[in-house]
Amino acid sequence: MTNQEVKNKIKTEEYFVNMGPQHPAAHGVLRLLLTIDGEIIKNVEPDLGYIHRSIEKMCERDSYQQIVHLTDRMDYLSSHINNEAVCLTVEKALELEVSDRVKVIRTIISELTRLASHQLWWGVMGMDLGALTTYFYAFRDREMINDIFEETCGARLTMNYNVPGGLMFDIHPNFVKRTKEFIKHFKTKLPEYDRLLTGNVIFEKRTKGVGILTKEDAISYGVSGPVARGSGFASDVRKHHPYSAYDRVDFKEILFTEGDTYSRYKVRIAEMWESMSIIEQLIDNIPEGNIKETTKAVIKLPKGEFYQRVETARGELGVYINSTGTKNPYRVKFRSPGFSNLSVLNHITKGVKIADLVATMASFDFVIPDIDR
Amino acid sequence: MKNEDLQSIINGFSDNLEFSTEASEFLNVVVPKEQLHNICNQLKSNSSLKFDYAFCITGMDWGKDLGVIYHLESTELKHQIVVKVMVDDRENPVLDSVHDIWQTAEFHELEVYDFFGIKFNKHPKLRRLFLTPDWDGFPLRKDYVDEANMIVK
Repeated sequence: MTNQEVKNKIKTEEYFVNMGPQHPAAHGVLRLLLTIDGEIIKNVEPDLGYIHRSIEKMCERDSYQQIVHLTDRMDYLSSHINNEAVCLTVEKALELEVSDRVKVIRTIISELTRLASHQLWWGVMGMDLGALTTYFYAFRDREMINDIFEETCGARLTMNYNVPGGLMFDIHPNFVKRTKEFIKHFKTKLPEYDRLLTGNVIFEKRTKGVGILTKEDAISYGVSGPVARGSGFASDVRKHHPYSAYDRVDFKEILFTEGDTYSRYKVRIAEMWESMSIIEQLIDNIPEGNIKETTKAVIKLPKGEFYQRVETARGELGVYINSTGTKNPYRVKFRSPGFSNLSVLNHITKGVKIADLVATMASFDFVIPDIDR
Repeated sequence: MKNEDLQSIINGFSDNLEFSTEASEFLNVVVPKEQLHNICNQLKSNSSLKFDYAFCITGMDWGKDLGVIYHLESTELKHQIVVKVMVDDRENPVLDSVHDIWQTAEFHELEVYDFFGIKFNKHPKLRRLFLTPDWDGFPLRKDYVDEANMIVK
């Protein structure tokens, strides 16, 4: 019998399989309802809400200082950038100009956050594809950044270093020295990442040509961050709508055009080099200035609508605040990068095998509280 | 493109559009709900507008009206606009889906349905996304009450 005759003889039928809510490849409680025919995926239906805490509703009863604390529980790997987004929105509404010192420190720590997040992503991406060593390499290097954060503000993950009007306190005397030490160390380690994983034959076979997202689809599905830039969609908020000190540093927006899992991988690796370059440009010249502008103890925003976009490690985070002039916002919306990125998953994984879905999800770098909020 | 130029182009689409730039950095346009799909289609296809990137879709409860706010951007021409649509029927609010214009809307409309109860015509599969299928009420509405789980100050 020929292959086709065998295929015709074997009858398959479609059935449902739950992937999650507790699945190691989802890195959190994400439930995907897969419709599969044998090993081939026909449909992916995400079911969310397993860690939904209704942060947007909680914001409506909290003061503006309190909202900042809720946001680092969303995308906990970009906690500093999330805090910064809310602070920038409030400062924009109050027309409050923070000092250059604050802007530069915020930018340095944002880039350190991005590095830490990309390191963790690199570790777990290897792990998802069966290469456990990457996990240990990544966590070894990430530890140095967490130590810097701990010394700076007392917390390693949910930092709360930003307040509306500036920073909670000045940087630690060791901050500059330790950041430079880390950059020096990581410059020798990042090529090691390439040697271990990037050129690996199995890794390349698992990622090249898998989960292809075209530029048109990326735009239409509102995809942002490294996922969009892997498809050639120039969406870097730092470049196109600069905030804090990004207008005074020189960096490249990394773009790859293949749109597959491998190009999304390459974007993040290249972005780590860019982040280090941004930090190096700023770290020696942190200007003097106020660490916090005085704000009223009870902040009341003027009546109106305020929107601020920032680039987290996962993409574009938008904060929309609708104020009626009271001490609480009337409505807060967080446009989270993960939620929009997840919307395209079904589209690009139709017809692939389940293992390829895992590889694609790893390259999307989902953080589930960022999707659920 | 400047807000004034955007306004003059979009003004040609329909007679019933309200514009404002007060209290917002973007040009705001309020669209009657019957014309939502038509106007959005033109916003995307018009060669001098090209709003192809819906970067934020927000459900909203203005107290009396429910509605949706669309933040749109043109990735090529780099201008932004905010489109608002309101529906005053709180018992059975229905709007047209725009998922065929910006595909990300399919997902964001599920979120709006889940928390505000706004139904979308022609949506491929309207379902509860975050909450359980038997959940009672729509939590982000201003008149939602849940004495057991909400701390009201």
